Amino acid sequence: MLEVTDLQLILGGKPVLHDLNLRVHEAEIHSILGANGTGKSTLAAVLMGLSGYQPTGGRIVFDGEDITRLPISERARRGITLAWQEPARFEGLTVGEYLRLSQRNAKSQPLSPEECLAKVGLSPEKYWKRAVDATLSGGERRRVELASVLAMQPRLVILDEPDSGIDALSIGNIVDVIRTFARNGSAVLLITHHEEVAAIADRSSSLCGGTILKTGDPAAIARFFRNHCQECQHVNVPIREEVHYA
Amino acid sequence: MPDAIAELKILPGSSAEFAILSNSYASSGGDAAVLLDDRAASLVVSHHRVLRAHSIPGVRIEGEETSTGARARITVEPGTQAPGPVHLCFGVLPKEGLQEIQAEFFIGEGARVSFLAHCSFPNAVRVKHVMDARIHVAKGAAMEYAETHYHGPAGGVEVLPTAHIELEEGASYKSLFKLVQGAVGVLRLDYQAHLQKDAVCELDARIYGKSDDRITINESLYLDGENSRGLAKSRVVAADRCVSEVIGEAVGNAPHARGHVDCVEILKGPLARAVAIPKLTVVDERAKLTHEAAIGSVDKKQVETLMARGMSEDEAVDVVVKGLLR
Repeated sequence: MLEVTDLQLILGGKPVLHDLNLRVHEAEIHSILGANGTGKSTLAAVLMGLSGYQPTGGRIVFDGEDITRLPISERARRGITLAWQEPARFEGLTVGEYLRLSQRNAKSQPLSPEECLAKVGLSPEKYWKRAVDATLSGGERRRVELASVLAMQPRLVILDEPDSGIDALSIGNIVDVIRTFARNGSAVLLITHHEEVAAIADRSSSLCGGTILKTGDPAAIARFFRNHCQECQHVNVPIREEVHYA
Repeated sequence: MPDAIAELKILPGSSAEFAILSNSYASSGGDAAVLLDDRAASLVVSHHRVLRAHSIPGVRIEGEETSTGARARITVEPGTQAPGPVHLCFGVLPKEGLQEIQAEFFIGEGARVSFLAHCSFPNAVRVKHVMDARIHVAKGAAMEYAETHYHGPAGGVEVLPTAHIELEEGASYKSLFKLVQGAVGVLRLDYQAHLQKDAVCELDARIYGKSDDRITINESLYLDGENSRGLAKSRVVAADRCVSEVIGEAVGNAPHARGHVDCVEILKGPLARAVAIPKLTVVDERAKLTHEAAIGSVDKKQVETLMARGMSEDEAVDVVVKGLLR
């Protein structure tokens, strides 16, 4: 479904992503595990086509179509979306309106916007008329973001650290939402640095120094991450000999 | 006020004019039916004719025509809990004209009342609308005032609203001024609030300026009483060649007074201009004043978030702007 080949991004003269190869299959949960500063959020931005993140090399192919130069809206219309780690806030836009806007371009609608909200653990009665602004806490805002992605019914959703700032008790709820995406037919590219969240994936990739080092079974990648990445001193200096593409 | 002030159903011979103004009132978001509803207090002024001034128990509306507009006195008896909003409708239907409104509001102790004001200038080519309001909110009383403007596309209106607001101990006042439909023309808004002990004031202005509009907003809070609280908030979108200037002022004259100035101005187009001037003066060292201002184009992250849900860039900007001015 998504095929990224030899992706390269240079920002300020520095190669932030390089020689990055990644494949995400239809309706799979694919986690990207990496320490802070290894390029996870940058990869999400490049895949979504955000301004300032146009790749300097390589190709992004989605469903057989080269989308490397497509604008954000066009990628979204083809079924790709992104849930930001720190989502934007909107003055004067209610949660209900935001979810309805997100659902506008949905190809199918297995869940109503209210059900999407309930699915992320937010009561529609309590949150529907709240504004998507600074009055929501960080955790609430991230849940609303997940609900809006659920409402959109994308073919591929990029989740940039959806577990960030979520209390431990609620992690299970977030995991359930991620599984709901897959059950509804969406592929999930799950960016995280939490092993326990990455473990729910069908496959995992380890990202270090702006490139994918290893792809495979989540448990094996988690071990690799634990042994090589968590305390490593080679951030932004990939271990070339470990590279293996699935 | 002179004896000429009259309680009117509708000024005789003015039904056609009333109907046109009602339609315009509806266009600006008002419910025209309420203007004739005897259960609601209302005042309707077309150019310099008072078409209707209707009182209800506890809320007295008096209107008097002048050569250039009207004088209005609105008195809310102490302790009155107005059941619904008081409706005010001001308009100028011809292409040219001057309308000067002098309005006095007396909100009695412990009373609670809200106002919905609509100003319509649908055909304006050269119209000047002056509103000079004197507002007195007595001890423990609460007043809300929401004013929406409806202008035609020509933008030939000069809107000059000024308000002098006095809040006694524990009183509260909240205003929302909106001019987001049609072209503004020239707007010079000047609101000044004086707050006594424990009083609370929120001044909020939301303007969408287009073509060659000139917008000046001056909101001032004088926090004269202990524990008084004030917010001066403005949201302006300046498109085309519009020039906008927002001055938000707070003066902390008393212990534990708190004031905040909050300004967002969005520019749409390379020729639009925006200026924000926060002015904070602390006189009593125990007062605390803060401000925030953001000027620039529409926030990129907001737009990209909406684009990632499938909207075009223009649609996304529209959603952000409408939300901001709502």
